[in-house]
Amino acid sequence: MDTPINAILVVVILLNLFLLGSSRIRALVQGAALQGTLLGFLPVLVNPELSVLRTLVAIATILLKGIIIPQMLFKALRDAQIKREVEPLIGFVPTMLFGAVGTAVSIAFASKLPLLKGHAELIVVPASFSTIFTGFLLLTTRVKAITQTIGYLVLENGIYIFGILLLEAVPFLVELGILLDLFVGIFVVSIIINHINREFDSLDTNRLTSLKE
Amino acid sequence: MCLWLVILPLIAAGIAAVMPWQRLRPWLLPLVGIAHVILSALIVKAVDPHYTRYLGLDEPGRLVLLLISVLFLICSVYAVGYLRFLVDRPNRVFCLCLLLFLGTASLVILSRTLGLMWVAMEATTLSTAPLIYFKRTPRSIEATWKYLLICSVGIALALLGSFFMAYAAMDVNGQPTSLRFDDLLANAPQLSKPWLHVAFVLLLVGYGTKMGLAPMHTWKPDAYGEASGLVGALLAGGVTNCAFLALLRVQHICRAAGEAAYTSHLLILLGLISIITAAIFMIGQRDFKRLLAYSSIEHMGILALGIGVGGWWASFGAMLHMLNNGLTKCVLFLSAGNIQRAYDSKLTAQVHGAIRRLPLSGTMFLLGFLAITGSPPFGPFISQFTILNGMVQNHRFVIAGVFLLLLLIVFIGMGRTVLDVVQGRPSAQSRKTAFRDNILTGVPIVAALALVLLLGVHIPASLHRLLDDAAKYVENQP
Repeated sequence: MDTPINAILVVVILLNLFLLGSSRIRALVQGAALQGTLLGFLPVLVNPELSVLRTLVAIATILLKGIIIPQMLFKALRDAQIKREVEPLIGFVPTMLFGAVGTAVSIAFASKLPLLKGHAELIVVPASFSTIFTGFLLLTTRVKAITQTIGYLVLENGIYIFGILLLEAVPFLVELGILLDLFVGIFVVSIIINHINREFDSLDTNRLTSLKE
Repeated sequence: MCLWLVILPLIAAGIAAVMPWQRLRPWLLPLVGIAHVILSALIVKAVDPHYTRYLGLDEPGRLVLLLISVLFLICSVYAVGYLRFLVDRPNRVFCLCLLLFLGTASLVILSRTLGLMWVAMEATTLSTAPLIYFKRTPRSIEATWKYLLICSVGIALALLGSFFMAYAAMDVNGQPTSLRFDDLLANAPQLSKPWLHVAFVLLLVGYGTKMGLAPMHTWKPDAYGEASGLVGALLAGGVTNCAFLALLRVQHICRAAGEAAYTSHLLILLGLISIITAAIFMIGQRDFKRLLAYSSIEHMGILALGIGVGGWWASFGAMLHMLNNGLTKCVLFLSAGNIQRAYDSKLTAQVHGAIRRLPLSGTMFLLGFLAITGSPPFGPFISQFTILNGMVQNHRFVIAGVFLLLLLIVFIGMGRTVLDVVQGRPSAQSRKTAFRDNILTGVPIVAALALVLLLGVHIPASLHRLLDDAAKYVENQP
């Protein structure tokens, strides 16, 4: 069971680097959607016996992270008529390098934490840290509100990956919580994006500078 | 019975959503406020309160519940006056979100498990975001965006921390792990230490963001500055204390696992950074609502510091200070809201002579300032003094010295701005605006100040017992 999970996680890590290097926002949304869809397969792969609840979580994840939220973001893109991320605070190549370094640090840090029997062969923890770090980079170095939203999405993806380790042991309250909050969060954010766009004629959070010391 | 504290505001929110009468809708708020206060008092007093597996009240939870309930009632009366002044603006979403906030905050307080508490905490962020956006100015959008983004990231980290806590508790044999606080507490000595350490840092950063501890405080001046005074009061007295309660619970588990020294160091560090940051930005602050935001950061720092120093005195002081700070912030934010409306500005360049222009609100703003900076005979004086006493008792003389010095700096820095606002002669322009002190926007402020004064003069025996229980909870004493 370990090989397919690890294979998916390797692709997820590669997608992280792709997200950091990409300037076209459509590509970013597509990358995040692909990542979300891949994550949806993890709950069913983690245990060979199929259970109703795990299958439901898988379907819900793919629907939300793979289809619904990306569609909402595409719609926001169309409404705002933007295509590219302009001039990020730190360039695309440097952030990609940061991301690679972050992944290496994640692997080193993860090896310090004692894993339970059966989890040691998986690369869940480093993949989770690396994805969270990618989300952080997108959130902090990009200026378009929509790219920051994608950063938040990627951050949540990273946390979701770690949640895979808990699927067996912790009842599903937390998993459902993520999906619910993610959904509501993105929903509210997309409304706000709409308003920023209307008020400022732009989605640059750079314009949001009247409030500072 | 507990569940009604959550259900009642949610039902009322539903009613507010479908109610077609713009002028009548705000009156729903005080009605719910009164019911909520009565219900909370009954539940706190009840001998056998019928707690369920997932809902119940722990010792600090009782205090926070009473505080938020009273705070909401005060703010709800004010809200009627506030919305009457802005009668031409649609208030459906505003009333709805206020009620949703009360319901979700109650759920945070009542949660007996890490997962449910997290979901409820995120729900408080989402329900308060539209409140900040109520004025619909570009500046308020900017503030809302920062609030949503930074708090959501914080809350995401808290989720990761909760996961780590769950992993620390996970059984090797793959038995289901319970995230109920009682179970975590019972298993605390068996929790995996490395995971627990990382979990505490993540939860501290996550819920600390929501609480507004520096350096995760950057959303706070913007959100408090742009939101109306009423929303500022609920954020500074309500949301922050919910997050503080979450931290207390997490800290309680870590202490039971034998990690008291570890948590205490981190709390003291963040507490001091917060007070220092706040003190720096308060000096020369020209915007009196941002000033209050920094004051909120300062007092969250004091709470973290009090808990970090520990011992019965400091913990008792911190619990009392939580109540004092919540109520005094209510006085300050509500009166600042009135002043802002009368002058149509929140900058000291334009606002002078508030005591002449608005005798009641101006006086309350000045008294609130004296109270929050720890002047006798108000409550914060007693609680800050108790925390200081706790530091000395624990032989933390350096921290006590730094703490006193910072309080002095804050007093001077805040005093200059506040005196600028209340003293002098109001401009001719400000006399033309329509807003005057009236009963609905005045009485709630006086009531809050009366409570702050009461807490400074005499703490009723029943409240003393609640505070004592909460302090023992923080100290993990039976």
